[in-house]
Amino acid sequence: MTSPTRRTFLQTGAASLAGAALVGAGTSPSTTAAETSGKDDGKPGGEKGPAPFIDTNVHLGHWPARHLPLGKPADLTAKLREHGVTQAWAGTFEGLLHKDLAAANYRLKKACEVHGAGLLVPVGAINPTLPAWKEDLKRCREDFDFSMIRLYPGYHGYAVEQPLFLETLKQAREVELTVQVVVRLEDVRTQSPLLRAPDLDVTPLPGLLKKVPGIRLQLLNALRTVKNPLLLQRLAAMGVHFEIAMLEGAAGLENLLNGLGIKNVCFGSHAPFFYFESALLKLKESLLTEEQLTFLRDGNARNFFIPPQP
Amino acid sequence: MTIWDLHCHFARLVPGSPVKSLERLIEIGNRLGIEKFCVYMGSNWEYDPSPENLRNQNDEVLEAIGAFPGQAFGFVYLNPKDVEASLDELNRCVADGPMVGIKLWVAQRCNHRNLDPIVERAVELDVGIFQHTWLKAGGNLPGESTPADLAELADRHPDARLICGHTGGDFELGIRAVKHSPNVHIGIAGSDPTAGFTEMAVRELGADRVIWGSDASGRSFASQLGKVVGAQVDEAAQEKILHTNLRQWLAPALKAKGRDI
Repeated sequence: MTSPTRRTFLQTGAASLAGAALVGAGTSPSTTAAETSGKDDGKPGGEKGPAPFIDTNVHLGHWPARHLPLGKPADLTAKLREHGVTQAWAGTFEGLLHKDLAAANYRLKKACEVHGAGLLVPVGAINPTLPAWKEDLKRCREDFDFSMIRLYPGYHGYAVEQPLFLETLKQAREVELTVQVVVRLEDVRTQSPLLRAPDLDVTPLPGLLKKVPGIRLQLLNALRTVKNPLLLQRLAAMGVHFEIAMLEGAAGLENLLNGLGIKNVCFGSHAPFFYFESALLKLKESLLTEEQLTFLRDGNARNFFIPPQP
Repeated sequence: MTIWDLHCHFARLVPGSPVKSLERLIEIGNRLGIEKFCVYMGSNWEYDPSPENLRNQNDEVLEAIGAFPGQAFGFVYLNPKDVEASLDELNRCVADGPMVGIKLWVAQRCNHRNLDPIVERAVELDVGIFQHTWLKAGGNLPGESTPADLAELADRHPDARLICGHTGGDFELGIRAVKHSPNVHIGIAGSDPTAGFTEMAVRELGADRVIWGSDASGRSFASQLGKVVGAQVDEAAQEKILHTNLRQWLAPALKAKGRDI
């Protein structure tokens, strides 16, 4: 049986392929062209409409330390649409410091519906250090019909090797929630002294993932700090996905794909914290094949939601 | 739109070959429409370089820019801890050579009196100085300058043309620190493409004092270019930041060498 999670995200991908607006910001499961055909290899098909383009890393809400020019959802969605983004996975900055995450996630859901129907896919914030955090997880899945959660260990004060992290992954897998883990949001050198959040050390992650087979996990803002090619390759081999918002270096994307292959790297902008164009121009800075571009812009993000075959 | 890059390092792209390294840098930058590249420092970086290290690094730059005279401008790398060696290098590479600017990194904070003879010679030669600055939440290196240090130097040398490299990294503090130093431009390269950077710079300093650079090859040309093309500033401001300001800043040195500007 196809899970709602899978259907939801394949549906939004297919809807964007057809250029159609979604009802309820990706919360209404429906059968997709890919499912109907039984094939979805992420390669371009014969669909008409705008070329699919998924931004896997945006946020709504207010950044606590700075006004962001595109901080209003309407301004952000206008920017995304201007550049042809057909779907954006949106977390909430409220998830960093708020303790009433059920309310924050509800506001996120509503904001996505009001400002980004057909474009914004809400990603619920979970803080496993809070009492009754499993209730938040359950609400994300059952009440809000989210398909994905975002973790902020640096801001919530836990590390990958702590049992809490493993437990969160297990719980997420149990209810078929895909997990995005934020490695950093801001350069540690420029953080407010009252809002210092360390980068997440993902070195122990490969060992941990063996304990949660089948988990769908993406690291956000990882590529500025996680540079060990062997670690990246190992994580990719275990199905971990990445995105390019914090990837640096001249022709950095070209270099990354040469070492990592194409299947695990998605587009992500970290807008509105970063200028959206910074990520977009990386697709031009590197020499990429049409196939690579298709995987980056859309295919890998969609394939990310297909559960591994037993 | 014409784009000139204030801030590039090249020497590690193709190890052992400065010319091939610069060729690769230019090839990648050209993909995004970048036409000219200011380059400085070689392959063997040291926080407190010896005179020999300085010469070696500057030689790499000389070799590389010699192969691309129409596309690359060299800045001489100096260490103010060794004033005599620095003045020798300044004379060798700028007064008697093809370089058109000065690069100072983290050997000594730039408010130190050792900077004075170097700045005075730069004023005589009518070349500008690019000073690396940062304001790190976890603390700077011992010799690493802050934008406030540069403002102090600028006050002592009102005729000097100075660039606040990285705008201190923390742009909201860096812009404030140099706001009242009219002979200081800010270089916006080499920090995350945090939204609002360019808007604040133009609002507080005016577009005339903002110069774009990438800090490639460590940074991505793209990530840094996004700071300008993604900013909510008008096209005239973008043109100044991406090209005109740097052209004007370099003009006296280029003119002195008979370069077409």
